[in-house]
Amino acid sequence: MIVQETISPSSTGSAPKETFVLNLGPQHPATHGVLRVKMTMDGEYVVRAEPVCGYIHRMQEKMGENRTYAQYLPNTSRIDYLSAMTYTHAWVGVVERAARIEVPPRAEYIRVITSELNRIASHQVWWGAFLLDLGGFTPLLYAFDDREKILDLLEGITGARLTYCYYRFGGLCNDVDEAFLEGTRRFVLEMRPRLKMYRDLVTDNVILRKRLIGIGPISAELCRKYGATGPVLRGSGVAYDVRKVEPYSVYPEFDFEVPTFPEGDSMARYLVRMEEMAQSLRIIEQALDKLPGGPVMAEKVPRVLKLPAGDYCYAVEAARGRFMVRLVSDNKEIPYRVKLRTPCLSNLSLFEEASRGMLLSDALAVLGSLDLVIPDIDR
Amino acid sequence: MNEPEAKRIATLPPGTAKAAPATPAGLPAEAGAPAGTNPLARPPLPDKGPDKGPDKGPDKGLDKGPARPNPLAHLPLPFQAVDYGLKGYHVEAAVQPEQVVLAAQHLDREGFSLDTITGVDWLAEGQMEVVYDYFHPTRGLRAVVRTRIPRENPEVPSLWRVFPGANWHERETHDFFGIRFSGHPDLSPFLLPEDADYHPLRKDYAA
Repeated sequence: MIVQETISPSSTGSAPKETFVLNLGPQHPATHGVLRVKMTMDGEYVVRAEPVCGYIHRMQEKMGENRTYAQYLPNTSRIDYLSAMTYTHAWVGVVERAARIEVPPRAEYIRVITSELNRIASHQVWWGAFLLDLGGFTPLLYAFDDREKILDLLEGITGARLTYCYYRFGGLCNDVDEAFLEGTRRFVLEMRPRLKMYRDLVTDNVILRKRLIGIGPISAELCRKYGATGPVLRGSGVAYDVRKVEPYSVYPEFDFEVPTFPEGDSMARYLVRMEEMAQSLRIIEQALDKLPGGPVMAEKVPRVLKLPAGDYCYAVEAARGRFMVRLVSDNKEIPYRVKLRTPCLSNLSLFEEASRGMLLSDALAVLGSLDLVIPDIDR
Repeated sequence: MNEPEAKRIATLPPGTAKAAPATPAGLPAEAGAPAGTNPLARPPLPDKGPDKGPDKGPDKGLDKGPARPNPLAHLPLPFQAVDYGLKGYHVEAAVQPEQVVLAAQHLDREGFSLDTITGVDWLAEGQMEVVYDYFHPTRGLRAVVRTRIPRENPEVPSLWRVFPGANWHERETHDFFGIRFSGHPDLSPFLLPEDADYHPLRKDYAA
C-alpha cells in the first residue's frame, strides 16, 4: 500500500522527520465506492488527507442538456442510488415549479411516504456499512434484513428495488395499492422495536462508544465554511433540515423533530441518523393516517414540456443532506443547463481539514460517519 | 449508563449555533462597493429599474409582482427580492466580476454558507455566467449572486479564502467551463481525467 517514501532529515540531527504517502483506495472497502484518498502520514497520524475524486464521473450534467425533461427522469435515480426517491423529487419539483403544475395532494402524500421509506433504507445501508468499517459484521445483516422489507414494499408499487423513477411531472407513475398501505403500516409497527434492538445491540455497546465518542469533532463553523449539510451539520448542533427550513411538498403538515446533537463528533452524527429513522417512521405514520383520496396525477400535463425561460432551483432534504437542482431553461424542449448540487461533495470537502492530526483508524471512522455515496460526488 | 445520551435529543432553537453572527455591524466600506451608497439607507425596492450589474439574460421581466421584503437590503450590493415560489430562492444580485469576493465576505458575515458555484455558457451572447448559491443554516434564506464575464477570457477571483469549500466547486467549474478562478491554489482537473484539456459543458464542445 505504501507507494512513496520521502525522508527529510531534520535540522537537529536527532530522529529524522519522516512522512510517507499512503494510498487509500480507489478500491478500499472503507471508501464505499471508488474514492481515493491520498494520505500523507507521520507514522500512524494523518498529516494531510487529500481526497481524489472523479473515478466514476458520468457527466450527468451534460446528459441533462441533450435529452428532454422527461427523458432525464431516470438519471435522477442514479446520482445517489440510495436516495433515488428524494433525488427524483427534486427534479420533478423544479420542473413543476417552472411549469407551474399543481400536484394533487394524494400524490404529494405518497411522495412523502416513499421518500421517507427511502431515507430509512438509506440510513440502514449506512448503519450496516459503517459498522462493517469499524469491524462489526453482524449489524449489517440486521440492517439488510429490515431494509429488505422496504425494498419489497417499494418494488411492489414501482417495479424497481433501487432506481425507482416513480414520480412524474404533476404526480406519480401509478397509485399505491392496498397491499402497499397495509405493508407500510405493518413495517412501521415492526420497525420501532427493531430500532430499540439496534440501540441495545450496537448504540449502547461500549466498544462502539469508545470508537466514536470524541472522535473527529466537526464544528458548526467548519460545516458552514464548507457548506456541509444533512446529518453532518445536525451532528454539529445546527437544526438545518430543508424539510423544516425551506419547506417543500406537504412536509409542513407533519409533526416531526429535527434531531441535533451539539457534540460534533462521530457519535453525534451516528445518533442523528439513528434518531432520524424514528422521525421518518413518525412522518410515515401520520401520512398514512391523513392520506387523502383523489387522483395521483395532475390533469393536462403536456407530454413534451417547454419551460418558460429563466432559472429555477428546488432543494430537498436527501438522506445525506441538501440536494438542489438548479435549472436554466431557454424555452426549448431540452434544458439549457442542469446543475446538481449534491450533499456528499460538500460533506467530503471538509474531510481534509477535519482529519488533520488524527490517527488513521479514527480518520476512517470519520470518513464512515460522513456517509458518502461516491456517485453522488462524482455525478 | 446511556440515559444522558438518550436525553441529548433536543432541537436547538435557531441562533444557538455559533455559525451565525446575525448583526452586520461594522461592515467596512471596501473597494468595489457602489460609491456614495449608504448601506443602511438603501430602500428595499424590488423594482429598481436599470441595474448596474450585467444583463440577466432570459430572466429579465420575470420577476414582477408586489413588493417583497428584501432581507439583504442593507448590504451595499444590488440584492433584489424574488418570488421564492417561482424561483426557489429569496434574493439575488447581479454584480461585477470584481465584486464576487466582496459579496462572499458580506454574506459570510451574515452567517450564510456557500451552497455551490457553477457556470452557464451563453454562447450567443459571447459571455459566461458564474452563479454562486448561498444558503443560511438558521434563517431559511437562499441568496444567489451572479456575474458575467467575457467568453474569450473567462476569469473571476476565487472565493476560497472566504469559503474554503469553494475550492472544489471552483475546480469543478474550471473543469466543465474553463473558467479560471484567479488566486485558486490548484485548478487541476477535479472530476475529469487528469490530462483533460477540454471543457465539456461549453456549448461549442463536440464530443
